[in-house]
Amino acid sequence: MLTVDSLTIRDQAGRALVEDVSFSVAPGDRVGLIGESGSGKSLTALAVIGLLPPGLTATGEIRLGDAYMVRATEKLRTRVRGKVVATVFQEPLTALDPLMPAGRQIAEPIRRFRGLRGTALRDAVHAALDEVRLTDTDRIARSYPHELSGGQRQRVAIAMALACRPQLLVADEPTTALDVTVQAEILDLLDRLVDTHGTALLFITHDLPVAARVARHTHVLREGRIVESAPIADLLARPAHPYTRTLVDSARRFDAALGRHLS
Amino acid sequence: MSKRLHLYIGLVLVLIVAGAVLVSYLWLPFAPDDTSGGRLAPPGGDHLLGTDKLGRDLLTQLLIGGRIALGTALGAVAVGGVLGLSAGLLAGFATRWLDDAAAVVLDILIAFPTLLLAMLIVAGSGASLGTAILAIGLAMAAIVARLVRVLVKQVLGRDFITAARVAGVSWPRIVLSHVLPNIAPVLLVNLALQAGLAVLAEASLSYLGLGTPPPNASWGRMLFEAQATVLTSPVAAIAPGLALVTLVIGMNLTADGLRLGVSDADR
Amino acid sequence: MTSPALLSADHVGYSYRGGSPALTDVSLAVHAGDNVALVGESGAGKTTLLRLLLGLTTPTTGTIQYAGSPLTRRNLRDYRRAVQAVFQDPYSSLDPRHRVGRIVAEPLRGLGLGTDPARVAAALDAVGLPADATTRYPHEFSGGQRQRIAIARAIVCNPGVLLADEPVSALDLTTRVRIVDLLASLCADRALTILLVSHDLGVVAELCSHTAVLEHGRIVEQGPTSTILGSPSHPYTRRLLQSVPRL
Repeated sequence: MLTVDSLTIRDQAGRALVEDVSFSVAPGDRVGLIGESGSGKSLTALAVIGLLPPGLTATGEIRLGDAYMVRATEKLRTRVRGKVVATVFQEPLTALDPLMPAGRQIAEPIRRFRGLRGTALRDAVHAALDEVRLTDTDRIARSYPHELSGGQRQRVAIAMALACRPQLLVADEPTTALDVTVQAEILDLLDRLVDTHGTALLFITHDLPVAARVARHTHVLREGRIVESAPIADLLARPAHPYTRTLVDSARRFDAALGRHLS
Repeated sequence: MSKRLHLYIGLVLVLIVAGAVLVSYLWLPFAPDDTSGGRLAPPGGDHLLGTDKLGRDLLTQLLIGGRIALGTALGAVAVGGVLGLSAGLLAGFATRWLDDAAAVVLDILIAFPTLLLAMLIVAGSGASLGTAILAIGLAMAAIVARLVRVLVKQVLGRDFITAARVAGVSWPRIVLSHVLPNIAPVLLVNLALQAGLAVLAEASLSYLGLGTPPPNASWGRMLFEAQATVLTSPVAAIAPGLALVTLVIGMNLTADGLRLGVSDADR
Repeated sequence: MTSPALLSADHVGYSYRGGSPALTDVSLAVHAGDNVALVGESGAGKTTLLRLLLGLTTPTTGTIQYAGSPLTRRNLRDYRRAVQAVFQDPYSSLDPRHRVGRIVAEPLRGLGLGTDPARVAAALDAVGLPADATTRYPHEFSGGQRQRIAIARAIVCNPGVLLADEPVSALDLTTRVRIVDLLASLCADRALTILLVSHDLGVVAELCSHTAVLEHGRIVEQGPTSTILGSPSHPYTRRLLQSVPRL
């Protein structure tokens, strides 16, 4: 499904921000990329969807379906982004057009990639909103992004991302900006949706407990390199690399502090 | 860093004009009203750039025009900067209806074309360099005020302002030590751009006969006067045109280069 | 809880002009040595309550009390010597155009406590930063170090209470642990009591012995942290606890 092979990303000064990163995601698989700020996890995600900011250059190979994203033309990348891969970002506002009602934003990719029109399109939009557990779909469809709460916006963004049934969903810190209770709901939602549709998931986060909740095979990034790769349960139980150990210990500290109080 | 290059080239261009203007106060090739050279003499000999249709030395006229151009730029930036900064600070601190009112007033003022405003003022008080500077400065003040208002609101929203209040710092001191230093870089860039626009505005006013009255030679006025004879003595049109372009591009490049200071410290 | 409260909000209400009430009848006390956590969703009124406790806004009803007397304009300066703050985003809370020395000294000058450089050096030392940090600018420091600078500024005037608004949620996990350790050690060494606003129940459990849960501008329950987390009585608290991702 997705194969990243020796991906290196350099800035204009030639400094490597991501170095020699290789991993793959099989159809229906859930892969986690864990890292702190500066680890290059988000740049890796942007390279995968072919949206590296200007000034950065990628070398190596990213194969997504049958497209080679590093070398592909912008036209091909755009097509791949709609059909094969979709993205959910930390801040849904960056993905949503502030001047367009939510319903029309979801309709846009459905019209383009599934060719639906008229009532069929309207029904598909409502089905998409329904699927992300947004009740009162009529009102939501008519609302502009700023009229929605953070959780509702992220649901709309997920509905948009999944509307065209992509084979891979890239989720970059999708719950970091949300309240804990909303985070739990969104994680449940993602969990259920990728399962129902058999969508592969590339989940990027700095938060170990969150990763533990959704990811399976997981790669730990530090300063642009993968330092350890293992199923998340093994990483937590037996971290091999010293950095992973620090990370796991830090997470365990707060988890244990909380655990002491729980009955 | 190409921004640095912009800054250097821009400063060099502005300094060439400024240097020539400074020299003009110590030495001029001819007296401004000396018509001994004869009308429309070609470049060369005593008159490096030739003479105009009244027989005045063109280089002398050009230098005097430079004084007016730079004087306008400085004067208008001073008027526009001081008025705009004060009004913008007040509007930036204003809340609720007062803030909305300030925003509307500034938008209306800005929508009003600079030249039209200048013409109205000149029509009321007669054409002179002073009125031109005042008119251009006032129009600039509205633009500066709107920019300052937005910048002040941005800075006031940052946590270090709250931290300063919790640290017992008074509002006047917060303005001096936090607000002004943080808006200064963007403001400087804008003022440098505005200086270039002021030079152009003065040239336009003089071209229309609404700026510096004769016999003082403004570049805009020189362009107007050279218009009729542009085919027989092109230098009379090319020289002030080139001077104008040099100064304005110099100021714009300087403005662009000053952006360096904006991005640097803000993270 | 027999000792008088250092700082308290007594039946405090606050409404934004023309808006619905942001806080309703909030009572909360901070006792010396007993760190308090304020937990709640975004929009629950945490920030508003913090602004009232910082003396930045006056409550519509009720009072803020410090050491037994109500907070007024007149005793605001004394209050600020005793109650300081740390904010969430260390990139926004330090003026990028000031050197660290000036940043940390700001409360000393602002509160009329002189400009003794030794106090600035001591504060920097207490947060684990080298003395030569004073001549550098914030952008030369990492997020965690910046938060240390912000903490140094808050403790430079030896306050009794530190109001900390999500002080670690913008930081990386490994940095988070170190800043929480720093805060804990400051409480122990400097007789400092923290009022912590946080959505991270792990951090709350680590630092605070008392917890108050805010929902829709009201405190829906408060008490010892072990009681609130161990046997929550309010449905919102229960939902919050169930939502925390565990390892």
